[in-house]
Amino acid sequence: MFDLERWQEVFETISKNKLRTFLTGLSVASGIFILVILLGIGEGMKNGIEREFQGDAANAIYVYPGVTTKEYKGLNPGRRIQLKNDDFEYTSAENKSALEFKSSVYRIYGGLLTYENESGSYSVEGVYPDYQFLENASMVTGRFLNYKDIEESTKIVVLGNRVKMDLFKDSKDVLGEYVEISGIKFQVVGVYTDPGGEREESRVFVPITTAQKVFSGGNNINSLSFTLEPKDTYEEALLASNNFTNKVETYLKGKHTIAPGDNSAVRVNSRLENTKRFYDLIGMIKMFFWGVGICTIIAGVVGVSNIMLIIVKERTREIGVRKALGAQPLSIIGMVLHESIFVTSFAGLTGLIMGLVLLDFVGPMIQTDFIYNPTVNFKVALSTVVILIVAGAIAGFFPSYRAARIKPIIALRDE
Amino acid sequence: MITIKDLHKSYKTGNNSLHVLKGINFNVSEGELVSIMGSSGSGKSTLLNILGMLDEADTGSYTLDGVAIKNLNEKIAARYRNKFLGFIFQSFNLINYKSALDNVALPLYYQGMKRGERMDRAKAYLEKVGLAQWMDHLPNQLSGGQKQRVAIARALASDPKVLLADEPTGALDTKTSYEVMDLIQQINDEGRTILIVTHEPDIAQMTKRIVNLKDGLIIDDTKVNQVRALQNV
Ligand SMILES: Nc1ncnc2c1ncn2[C@@H]1O[C@H](COP(=O)(O)OP(=O)(O)O)[C@@H](O)[C@H]1O
Ligand SMILES: [Mg+2]
Repeated sequence: MFDLERWQEVFETISKNKLRTFLTGLSVASGIFILVILLGIGEGMKNGIEREFQGDAANAIYVYPGVTTKEYKGLNPGRRIQLKNDDFEYTSAENKSALEFKSSVYRIYGGLLTYENESGSYSVEGVYPDYQFLENASMVTGRFLNYKDIEESTKIVVLGNRVKMDLFKDSKDVLGEYVEISGIKFQVVGVYTDPGGEREESRVFVPITTAQKVFSGGNNINSLSFTLEPKDTYEEALLASNNFTNKVETYLKGKHTIAPGDNSAVRVNSRLENTKRFYDLIGMIKMFFWGVGICTIIAGVVGVSNIMLIIVKERTREIGVRKALGAQPLSIIGMVLHESIFVTSFAGLTGLIMGLVLLDFVGPMIQTDFIYNPTVNFKVALSTVVILIVAGAIAGFFPSYRAARIKPIIALRDE
Repeated sequence: MITIKDLHKSYKTGNNSLHVLKGINFNVSEGELVSIMGSSGSGKSTLLNILGMLDEADTGSYTLDGVAIKNLNEKIAARYRNKFLGFIFQSFNLINYKSALDNVALPLYYQGMKRGERMDRAKAYLEKVGLAQWMDHLPNQLSGGQKQRVAIARALASDPKVLLADEPTGALDTKTSYEVMDLIQQINDEGRTILIVTHEPDIAQMTKRIVNLKDGLIIDDTKVNQVRALQNV
């Protein structure tokens, strides 16, 4: 393979048979091209879904109440479940050591915010300080809520970046200003940004104690959010998450007199389990794409093999001459294999590069939620190169074997 | 140089067996220029192919330059061909996508010679056959006579003990045939052993010895007074 003379022979043969070589390579190049594009799309789908999930902590668990659908202990179905402060306090205390962050939420949809002449309607959420981490929010300026705010029910607010833009435009002097929420003045202490994007930045956070008092919430809360202490492995984390969700579900169903099988009355949503489901799905899609891509390459290999067989047949006399001049059978095998591997690898690399370039140019232009930044990483590119060389060897095997068996006396016979 | 004893060869086609060579005894010394004559189908090519190790005899012995040629596998046959023999064919058998120079250099490639040296030597042999200025041409840009000269240069390039030519002038007109024969005579004058298969008496007269083949046997083997080809050109 590193025999320079052989390379010269191969280049000579190829350069004198350009069209033939081009046609041979085309099938392989398109096969690899398709494989790379498919793998890129697979990666893009993974990235797209990952981004959708980035809005919140990866291991967050949400508890939402709903409406009962089953009769239980004499209570009719259709009953709306209302979570209370003590639901949150009890679950928090009960699982204290397992929990990393926790918050209940008292939410007002469409609260009217006003600052000077600007106003708009946003979701106003009464939360605990931990909520910052549950939401993956980071501060652009100022601070988030703290426990003193909760204890003293201070009238302060943290604005989402979108809300800040709407109300304050480009003004830098936001901290310390007062905005009105449903006619009540709140002092701005911070502005946050959220990887979930505009939707998640169109909210404002106030201390939950303040929200319940000011907006007549009493003890009512709308949902619970938790994260568990990190674990070393994904499996451990998933197990802990499932244990916790089961425990919370059982407790809340007992407390609110809900039938054990009534799943719409209390919904416990574990991000970890959802993510797992998505990753499994993506894994399957990727496998499918590999399958399709490999099949395309196999078609290419069969094509190359076929063409090489025809070439060997065409070159029967030439091979006979070479043998008469002293070519060893191994040297003939080497010649055909070398050409086959070189053509497949070169054509495949061209397809690979074209695929990568296309992904590079078109990838960033794709604007859907499902595909984001489709790329093929180095490891995958490397595996396709290995596949190519193997493919070339397979494609060249039968033709080279046939070439080696050509008898010069038959090849050279004058018709 | 060549000694063959009681050589037999038959071809099997289906159930029939065609006995082509029926006991050939034959010696060639170094520096001879021998023509093998006979009507079509008399087994001339068969004999030459066996001498050229492209085919094997059924029975009989063959010694070339003191080496017993037997039990050949493809690898050994290829090495012996490369080392001992140069072939000249009726239809030239040049590789059509290689230049004259590359064609001549090919046997040297299979000897494992480095490219630079190979090309120098090939050039020298092309000069010898008078085609130095044609070295970059492809075979289809050359006339029949020129092609055969390239083939002769190629056969000479590996400096073989024996040149084997099967109807080397069979595809050429008379004038060109004589020019090619002139070249062959010159090469023989330098001492190289050459065997030519031909069915043309005038070509045979330009060798030094005529071996006549009929029905698989040598019926006549006589030295002749060589006619110089140059006189007839
Ligand atoms: N490979 C083969 N298989 C069967 N018969 C063959 C083969 N080669 C030659 N023959 C037969 O052997 C005989 C001698 O052939 P050949 O040596 O080519 O004769 P020449 O060269 O004198 O014309 C012919 O009858 C030919 O048909
Ligand atoms: Mg013949």
